[in-house]
This record gives sequence, C-alpha cells and structure tokens, in this order.
Amino acid sequence: MLDAIFGRLTWDSIILVQAVEQPNVNTFITASAAAMMPIGGVMIVALLTWMRWWKPLFEWLTSVDHKKIGTMYIIFAVIMLFRGVVEGILMRTNQAVGLNGGFLSSDHFNQLFTTHGTNMIFFVAMPFLFGLINIVVPLQIGARDVAFPRLNQISLGLTAAGGFLFMISLMIGEFSTGGWTGYPSFTGRLVNPGVGPDYYILAIAISGIGSTLTGVNFSVTIYKLRTAGMSFMRMPLFTWTALCTSILLIFAMPPLTACCAMLGLDRFLGFHFFTNDMGGNLMNFINLFWMFGHPEVYILVLPAFGVMSEIASTYSGKRLYGYTSIVAATMCIAVLSFTVWLHHFFTMGQSATVNAAFGVATLLIAIPTGVKIYDWLATLWGGRIRFTAPMIYLCGFFVLFTIGGLSGVILASPTLDYQLHNSQFLVAHFHNVIIPGVLFGILAGIHIWFPKIYGFRLMESLSRITAFLWAIGFILAFMPLYQTGLMGMTRRTVAYADPELVPWMIVSGIGSLILGCAFLSILLTIFVSVLNRKKLMVPFGDPWDGRSLEWATPAPTPEWNFAVLPKVECRDAFHDAKAKGTAYQPIEKYDDIEMPANTYYGFIIMMMASGLGFGLVWHMWWLAIASLLGAIATAIIYAFLPQKHNIIPAAEVREIDEAWRRAAREGRGVTRDDECNAANQGLARPDNITNP
Amino acid sequence: MIDPTTNLAIAESFLQPMGPVAAEQLRHLKTVTLLTLIAVVPVLVSMPWILWRYRRSKPTGEYRPNWESNLALEWLMWGVPIVVVALIGVSLTIMTFRLDPYKELGKDPLQVQVIGLDWKWIFIYPNEGVALVDELVVPEGRAVELTLTTDTVMQSLQISAIVGQIYAMPAMTTKLNFLAVKPGEAQGMNSQFTGNGFWKQKFQVYSVSKEEYAARMKKAQSSDLSLTADTYAILAMQGTSEEAKKPLAIENRKGPIEMVLDDSKIFQRVLARYMLEDMTPESQPGSPSYDPKKSSLPPASDKPMMGMEM
Amino acid sequence: MSFSIRKSLHPGLNLGEDHGDDHLEAETSVFGFWVFMMSDLVTFGMFFAVFATTMPLACCPGPKELFDLGSVAWQTAFLLLSSLTSGMAILTLKQEHAARSASTKKLIFWLLLTVLLGCGFLYREISDFIAMAAAGGPPTRSGYLSALWSLVGLHGLHVTGGLIWCLVIVAGILVRGVDLRWKLTLLRWSVFWHFLDVVWIAIFSFVFLGGLL
Repeated sequence: MLDAIFGRLTWDSIILVQAVEQPNVNTFITASAAAMMPIGGVMIVALLTWMRWWKPLFEWLTSVDHKKIGTMYIIFAVIMLFRGVVEGILMRTNQAVGLNGGFLSSDHFNQLFTTHGTNMIFFVAMPFLFGLINIVVPLQIGARDVAFPRLNQISLGLTAAGGFLFMISLMIGEFSTGGWTGYPSFTGRLVNPGVGPDYYILAIAISGIGSTLTGVNFSVTIYKLRTAGMSFMRMPLFTWTALCTSILLIFAMPPLTACCAMLGLDRFLGFHFFTNDMGGNLMNFINLFWMFGHPEVYILVLPAFGVMSEIASTYSGKRLYGYTSIVAATMCIAVLSFTVWLHHFFTMGQSATVNAAFGVATLLIAIPTGVKIYDWLATLWGGRIRFTAPMIYLCGFFVLFTIGGLSGVILASPTLDYQLHNSQFLVAHFHNVIIPGVLFGILAGIHIWFPKIYGFRLMESLSRITAFLWAIGFILAFMPLYQTGLMGMTRRTVAYADPELVPWMIVSGIGSLILGCAFLSILLTIFVSVLNRKKLMVPFGDPWDGRSLEWATPAPTPEWNFAVLPKVECRDAFHDAKAKGTAYQPIEKYDDIEMPANTYYGFIIMMMASGLGFGLVWHMWWLAIASLLGAIATAIIYAFLPQKHNIIPAAEVREIDEAWRRAAREGRGVTRDDECNAANQGLARPDNITNP
Repeated sequence: MIDPTTNLAIAESFLQPMGPVAAEQLRHLKTVTLLTLIAVVPVLVSMPWILWRYRRSKPTGEYRPNWESNLALEWLMWGVPIVVVALIGVSLTIMTFRLDPYKELGKDPLQVQVIGLDWKWIFIYPNEGVALVDELVVPEGRAVELTLTTDTVMQSLQISAIVGQIYAMPAMTTKLNFLAVKPGEAQGMNSQFTGNGFWKQKFQVYSVSKEEYAARMKKAQSSDLSLTADTYAILAMQGTSEEAKKPLAIENRKGPIEMVLDDSKIFQRVLARYMLEDMTPESQPGSPSYDPKKSSLPPASDKPMMGMEM
Repeated sequence: MSFSIRKSLHPGLNLGEDHGDDHLEAETSVFGFWVFMMSDLVTFGMFFAVFATTMPLACCPGPKELFDLGSVAWQTAFLLLSSLTSGMAILTLKQEHAARSASTKKLIFWLLLTVLLGCGFLYREISDFIAMAAAGGPPTRSGYLSALWSLVGLHGLHVTGGLIWCLVIVAGILVRGVDLRWKLTLLRWSVFWHFLDVVWIAIFSFVFLGGLL
C-alpha cells in the first residue's frame, strides 16, 4: 500500500536523513545546500507576509505581461546562477587540492559536474536570454506584447517546473552522474537504475517543451507584430538575433525532446533504443542529442551577439557598421549551425571522409562570426566611446571571445580533436565562448535594459567592478585549463595523479573564487542600486541616448508599452526622430487599449508539470497520471472560459502619455557627460562632440 | 610524472610525442594556430588602438556618426576569414585522411584486441596468446592495430603521447592504428566518463625493443593465470585492476595482471553476447547488481559485428 | 488586442462583414500553429531517423512476421477519409458561417463523422499492436521494434489527442456557438489533422511498405 503511494521514495532518499546517518564532508555540503531551500522558502514567506507583498506576488505570478514574465525568467536565472557558481567553485577548489584525491567523493563530484552543466545551460543561460528577449523585443518592434501572452506564461511555468525537479533532486534523491550530455548506455536502465537520470531526463524534457513554445512565440511575434513601417531591414540587431534564435529553438529543441523520450522509454518500459543489447544503438542518442546541442549553443550566443551590436552603436554614439553584413552573417550562422553537430564526436569512429566534411563545415561558421566581430570594431571606429559597464563587457568580449574562437578552430580539426576531445582544453574552450560571449552579453543587457523596467539605473561604479571581476575571474579560472588539456588532463575527473598539473589547478581554483565574488557583486550592485534608486531615476526612459524604439517610452514602461503604436521610417528610428526633432511630439488621437487580463493558466501548468515529473521519477504513478490528466483538463477548461481583457480607457492613457511627452519636450536633458550621475533623468540632449 | 616502478618518465601528452602520429598532430596544431592568428591578431591589436583613438574624453580621431559601410573594408572583412578558412580547410582535410585511425601505419601491424571494462582495460594479443590488464607492450618501430570494444558503457581509449583517442562501444568495434618510434613509457587512459572509478582507469604503454618485447610475451605466456570466461567475468566486476587481484586470488602479486589466453575467441564472444542475449542487471558488467556467477559469454558467433567503418 | 495596422487578410476564413480586427488575430493564431507544426514535424523526423537506422536489423520477428497489410490499408482508408470529412467541416465553416447565427448542425455532423473515422483508425491500430505483441513482437524485443512501436505509437497518440480536441470543439460549439474563438480553433485543429494524415502516408510508405519490400 505504501509502495503504491510513495513508489520508490523512502526516508533514505532525503538528504537530510542521509546526512544524519552518514555524516561526512559530502553529505554535509549537500545537506547544507538542500537546507537552503526550505530555509529560504520560510524566509521568503516571512518577508512576503511582513511587507504585505502576497497580493503583488500573485499579481506577478498570474501576469501575462511580457515585461513581468521576462523579469521572472531573469530572477529565476539569477537564483540558479547562484547554485551554478557554487557548483563550479566546489569542483575547481576540489581539483586545486585534487592530486590523488580531493575533498569530494567521486559520486559527489560526478553529480556536481552533471548538475553544473545541466543547470547553467537549461536553467541559467536560456532563462536569462528568454527574459531579455521577452522584455526587449516587443518594445523594439513597437508592439504591445508578444504574439501569445498566455503561451508565454505557460513556457515560463514549464521552465520553472524543470527547475523545480532539478532543485528538488538536491533534497530528495540524487541527480544523474552522466554529465549534462547524459550518454547512454551509462544513463541506461541497467547501469544507472536510480532516480538520477530520471530527474535529468524529465527536467530537461519538460523545460525543453517550454523552450520550443517560446521559440514559436517569439518568431511569430517578430514576423507578425512589427509596427507599421518596420520592415525586416529596419529592425534593430537584437531583434534580428532574437528571430534567428527562435528559429533555432523551433527546429533544435525537438531532437532533445525526442532523445529524452526515447531514453525515458528505455528506462521506464524496457525499450531498446540505446541499450547495448537486442539491437539498441547508443550512437543514435549521441546524434540526436548533438543535433539539438549544437544549435543550442548558437541559441545561447546569438542574443548575446545582438546585445553586442546594441552596445557597439549606442555607447560610441554611432550607427552600427555593416548592418546588412551583420544580418547576413547572423542568418548564415543560424543555418550553418544545423550542419556541424558531428564535431562533438569526431572520435566516435566515423570515416575520415565524414569527419573531414563536418570539420570543414565547422570552419565555415567561423567566417560569419569573424565578420561580426570586425563589424563591431568598425562600429567603434569614428565614434565617441564611453567606458560604461556594457562597453567594458564588449571589450572583454573582443579579447576573450576571440581566443575562444581560436580554440574552437583548433578543435574543429578532427586530427587535433583526437587529442583534445574530452580534455580540459575542451572545457576551457566552451567556457571561453560562453562566459565572455553569452554571460557578458546577458550582464551587459541587464545593465542596459534594467532602467526600462524599473525606472532607475544600476550604479555604474559597482557595475564596472562586477564586469572586471567576471573578466579576471574567468581568465584565472579557465585559461590554465588550456594548458592542462594540452598536457593530457581529461575532463570530469575528480582527481588526477600528475603533480605537474597542481600549480595550474591552484590558479584555476583561485579564479573560481573570484568568479564567486563576481556573482556576489551582481547582487550587491542590484541591492545598492535599489537603496539609491532616487538618485538613479530615469523617468523619461532614455538614459543612454538610445537609437531604437524601446527608448521611446517612459521608465518604468506602462503595461501597454506604447500609447499609440509608432510608425517607423528608417533604421534606428528613435535616434532619427530625436535628430529631426520629431521625438516626444504630442499625439492627437488616443484610443482605448485592450490588454489581456491575468490568468492562472501558466501557474497551474507549472504545478501539473512538476507533479508529472516528480511522480514519474519516483514511480508514484497515481501522481503522474493525476498531473497529466490535470494538465489536459486545465487546457480544456481554459478553452471554454472566456478570454478576459482589461480595457484601459483612452482618457487614462492620454493623461499619462501626454504628461510624459510634455515634460520631455520642455526638459533640457543631459549630454553624455552627465550620463552616469544623478542629473541623468532619462532625457537625452544632443551630445557634446569635440573633433581634434 | 615519474613511474615509481620503472623510474621512467611517463609521457603524458602529445607535447612530447613518442610516435609519428602525435608528432604530426603537434605540427598541425601549430599550423592551425598560426593561420587562425591571421584573423585573430587584427582584433587584439586594433581594439586597444581604437579605444584609445576614439575615447570620448580625449579623442584623436574624427567623429563620423553615420559611417556605416565601406566596400573595400567589406571585401577585407569577408575575404580574409574566407581565405584563412580555406587554407585551414585544406590542411584539415589532408591531415584527417593522413592520420585516419583506421589507416594502417606499416605492413603487418601487430594485432591487439582491447576490451574496456569498469575501470580497467584488457589487452588481448591473439597471436601471442596472452592477455594483459592495464598494460600495453609494443615493439618500437612496429605498427600496431588495436581493435576495441567495451563490455560496459561507452569509453574512449587515449594514448596522448603516441596517437590520441578513439571511442570504444559495446556491441561494436572500432580501430586505432599507431606506431611508437621512441622507446619509453606513455600514459594511457579512458577519457569518456564511466563512473566512480573513471579517474583511475589509466594504463601504461611500454614501447620496448624487439628482444624486450619477446621476453615480456614469454613471461606472460608462462603466467599461472589464464583468461577464461570465468576469470573474465571476475575481471568485469567494477574496480581497478589492482582491486581485481583479490577476487582472482593474486592479492600480493606486484605489477600488472598478466594472463595466458585460454580462449582465442573471447573478444568475439564478448561482442556476441549483445547480439544474442537479453542482458539483465545481473549479467551486465557495470550494473550495480552485476554478479559474475550469473554472467556468461555465449560461444563465438559467425555473424559480422557492427564495425564503425562507414 | 490592438495589433499592428498591417492589412493582411487571412484567406481561409469567412469572418463575416462585421469582423473588425478579427482577421489580424486569425493571421497570427493560425501562422503560429503552423510554426508549431514544423517543430512537431522535426520530432517525427527524429523518430523516423532512428527507425531508419534500425531497419537493417529488423529481424525475428520482423515485418514479414508482424505486419498485416490489410489492416494497414483499412487504417489508411479511415484516416484519409477522415481528412476528407474534416475538409468538409472547414468548407462548411467557410461557406455557411459568415453570419454567426447560422445553423451548426452540418458542421457538427462532419466533425463527428471525422471522430468516428478516427476511432476506426485507432481501433485497427490498437488491435494490430496487440496482435504484434502476441506474435512475439512487443517493443521490448529489439531496437527495431522499439523504434516501430514508438514511431507509429507517437502518431497514434497524436491522433488520440486530435480526436479529444475535436470532441472538445464540438462541445464548445454546442455551448458557445460558432464564434471567432472556435473558428480559429477549428482552423488550427484542421491543420493538425491534415498534418497527421501526411505523417501517416510517410509511415505507411516507409515503415509498412518499406519493411515488406
């Protein structure tokens, strides 16, 4: 009877019980980490109650506003980034003292590298990017919201459900040890029958479905909701990269869902997709996984490239150089990303012909990427460069990402890959492109668009310190790994025997601690900025003398984004309007605005998906079935419920909008000299440009 | 790193190549790096210069806010990467074919069959009739062809100083050809994660003179231990080769396990088990419930195995 | 919602003279569903690809022992006919529902007929699966059978979902009448249904015929 209710869940599955029964370093670390969740939960409940924030919380959780959903994605990502950084620090410090054995047990280390990778890709990088795209793209194309606001909420819910499963594995049960790539037959039923791989499969499959739907949503938004006059070649670059990213999501997430489903069938029902025996073929998983995995890394980096385009032009006061080239290059990268997946397993024994073909294809992607970097440098040429935090991220990107590109070209050669595959060189390469590429883009993007949502800037000095800490921490933590990889050190190894590796490992360990400080610096920046928000307010909404439409709204932006949807006549439309003096002009006619009302749909789906995942992992079939039926029932019920809208009367819109426009016309604004001090209220005056 | 038993330096990376494949890989690394630097150095050099010249506080260059296109520059920006990529592409293609792991590096290469287990490697010399665990002895100057499989999960056999790596997979065979021209000792390992003992799955490769090689083979042929289906099942238990000594009742023996090859078709039988049997947790090496008594090898099959040649 | 003021008109739908901005919503909604179907096509594609790799090892029991081509022919007939009847339903929607107060009986007739034919398809398919398992061909028997059952089964699951969806639509029309929302849902459902037909043709050709030839 208990078996039917609890499946294979027992008291021993709970880490806190394990820590009591077998106290050691590993259970202590895991139990402390796990304990943070209930303790954190209690603290949050207390805070919400004391500040009376329950109603606003539910207002947020039921919102379908793209700006709120985007913010929730980012908050989720920051929390998961905390866990990811801690995991990284544990691994690197363990390896710093890892000659012949560190302080972590093998099993603990193995779970750590698996959770670290899974977490960072699926629950940090992707949510960060979905958050940024959610917030910015509808504003940049002059729309009121994304194409499918409720679907947006559902996607967030599915991502959160995946995150829930990932986090609960810390408290109840354990996670997979098969790496974020999860190759069978190691993750198959015979060799790893426990709950770990099941948590892994369900966490990424469920959030993967959410990501597919996000791709559909964003692409339809960009195709169909661009404002009048905004042809494709007048879109800002960040929107272009968002479009390419969503196309990649639509076509690259299904292979992941498919291979997870197949692995799940193997594990749960004894199928023979990837088993060793009876005609299973583990190579199919590897092909499917990387057919997802390679476009995935471009899903991560393309929006970051979009941010780099915005930084290069905005903070040098110049038009973007080579717009057409950059657009063409972005599309080339998107298309080519589907042709190179085999380079992740050159050493699997294919013929030289196949390997050479994919090696050449991989080299081809280097061409458009290089062109984009040159184009951004050329954008800075002839400009007036301001060394704000985003510009520091851009400069760090130029130097560091390019080195990562170099190591990528090295790995693209099958000959060299036979030596360097699965070594620390590979670890160094992908961190080298993800941190200076994706993460710098994300952090810069947050600095740039934070004021749009909250109405005040982040403190410039602290943001710059954060940028430097990330750059220095990255260099110390990962550059040594190139050397250790060349010296023959493999990846995913809890310990090593060669004493010559020790100095490099120690430097890398110190670097990881600096990265920890960099993360704390993010939190500190936000915290101090909130405390000082009165001095940092930018109510007029254009703190950086921006060029695209999102800056043509007040800050914080009202729910409806634009009182009247703008008409666009060229690229960099807002900059053009400011130059011609047509910005902030009064509008004659205001209409009522209809916005979709709040709904519980996404929240309910999140609960159902979490129940489904948890039930399947622990073989609590009643829970899985009830959750699945509940999700279907929810969809059916919502199909019958009338779709509510809120109507904001034209008079209210007029009042808010007119006040903003009038104040902007009458205000003086600031030049870029005062961009980073309290005089900057978000209104831009033409800059003081000196010519030598 | 120094091997405590032989006092020889163990070559661990292709930065100290012990054979022509690793030497050519090192040369190719330098070629690819230098070519790529053609595209990379302009970025690293021009960036500080541009930041200096166009910094807002004290610029030395003219402000051209609408400058967004220059045909010559476009040709350069697209052209240089295309040329560099074309050059690297040619080099890459030539080297990929030249250093194909399936290509034999000499006439009549020494045939060695390899079975990857958790967490050890068995090297079977079918012509000499011996099997060595975590020890690969090869005569210097003679080409060697490894035929690999595993009996657990996917692994990757790597000998950095001599040749690099190749994946090994259950129910399939892959091949790795190499040649050691210098005498000495090289580090070998598994580079595809396989569980708790993964980091210990290392082996030594000894490149020795022809006479020394013959002597070592003779020593192994006179071993009192033989590789039968039963001893194999014990070896397939999870653990390193050191840990395998206890169940084989040779706890106090020093040095790698050396066995006489009782059944010359044992490699084929390990492959065959996946074609003919439904594996269970008890019979699958690598599973937590693996029981050597419940795991048996079928007789050798005549069916061709899934090789990886495409 | 106030969308952009683009003038595109959705061609497949008769929204009536007083439809206001509804055509814009139709445009976005149906286009979005097509995009989603593309991702679903990729999912099927992956299952097809894996299936293709198992075909050389399809033996004992293999296609010759397990496939009942007659039953497959019935399934094809049922599904293709149901595509026809779903097309009739959409034609009815276009031609006879310009005014929102028109009779819905004809529409519901065609939809229910589609459901009936779909159920016929499912009945034959499930019987076939049971027979296969009894003949020694359950999905746990080999890689080929795992791929076969999951590819055909995935399609069958989609069909089941489509039938449930159709019944929900019928219920919705009965309760709320044929308003914009149900019209758009019907359009999306019909895209889904035809898509399943196309996938079935691929399965029929590649899996069943391909396995036996």
